[in-house]
Amino acid sequence: MTTVNMTVNGKKVSADVAPNTLLVQFIRENLRLTGTHVGCDTSQCGACTVHVDGDSVKSCTMLAVQADGAEVTTIEGLAKNGELHPMQAAFKENHGLQCGFCTPGMIMSAVDLVKRNPNPSEETIRTELEGNICRCTGYHNIVKSVKAAAENMGG
Amino acid sequence: MYSFDYERPSGVNEAVSAIGEDDKFLAGGQTLLPTLKLRLAQAGKLVDLGGIAELKGISVSGSEVSIGAMTRHVDVANSADVKSAIPALSYLASHIGDAQVRNRGTIGGSISNNDPAADYPAALVGLGATVHTNKRSLSAEDFFVDLFETALEEDELVTKVTFPIPEKAGYAKFPNPASRYALTGVFVAKTAQGVRVAVTGAGPCVFRQTDMEAALSSNFSADALSGIKTEASGLSADIHASADYRANLISVMAARAVKAAS
Repeated sequence: MTTVNMTVNGKKVSADVAPNTLLVQFIRENLRLTGTHVGCDTSQCGACTVHVDGDSVKSCTMLAVQADGAEVTTIEGLAKNGELHPMQAAFKENHGLQCGFCTPGMIMSAVDLVKRNPNPSEETIRTELEGNICRCTGYHNIVKSVKAAAENMGG
Repeated sequence: MYSFDYERPSGVNEAVSAIGEDDKFLAGGQTLLPTLKLRLAQAGKLVDLGGIAELKGISVSGSEVSIGAMTRHVDVANSADVKSAIPALSYLASHIGDAQVRNRGTIGGSISNNDPAADYPAALVGLGATVHTNKRSLSAEDFFVDLFETALEEDELVTKVTFPIPEKAGYAKFPNPASRYALTGVFVAKTAQGVRVAVTGAGPCVFRQTDMEAALSSNFSADALSGIKTEASGLSADIHASADYRANLISVMAARAVKAAS
């Protein structure tokens, strides 16, 4: 077992984990934050996307021990004081989801996308969301949601 | 995943002395971790290079760009220094995998794995880069040996890659639509030592297309490439594309790379 310390959604956490514990397992099973989903478990679908030190990563393709000392944000950490994050609000407003399984990862990727590209074109959004797969929407309303959120976030 | 031990050293020497016969270095983990998860590989111990500051970073001198082994694709893609010295290298890094992969994956990890469809080998061979390890320095062509095989010894670790700055260079790839790996990618560079054309994705290992190099040496334009074919025998064939298709893609991507060169 290895001791890991990290800050998750602003809260310091510490645990002893086996080195082969994935970050997503740690988040879901140790911390009981089940908003982060496991979709494909093969690094393709992006449902498990969280932020590690501000960057979007696939938490099924990172060990918990690699996040030792890091700041981690999951979908549960986006809303502040009961107010949805502008990206969450935009997905709700623009019907950017159907079954909702990919949505946490899609939103975490989209927040990082807008951070890097404050005023993204439709093409940029589609390219930058390459690492997130949605099997319901055909992406149209997801792209619309991200564009609307970017505008609301002052892009 | 099978269980393994884990160590996170803070220096290169410490990392090298920690590695045993059944152990593996862990760089960004974007290939190694999926491989371990599928139980296609097993490690007694993972030696995580993530805590070694001396392996990270980009510097540009007058004539070369130096990139530390643990520098992530996103950092190469966004580096103002790389963009101005070798824009094609920044472009290549910005098209590896997807955003999340680029936020973790590293140049040292990518080249040490030597996936036949990875992008970086084309840049290293195309630019005539030098791979530096804890033991020696070797040319990119000597480094990449064969399918998933490099010249690295068990206790040898890539520390950095140095790229001579070319007059101009360009990269074009036809990505696999699902994985974004290069079905075929061509890196073209006009350097002080001549023109170099490196092909990834099409064969079992990156290689130079010397007929194209000769044609571009006298006339560095896409027109100079018309009519130059690559022999399909020896190229890869799989469910994604036949060897003939890849051979044709080499011509198409080479012309695009020359047009894009800056």
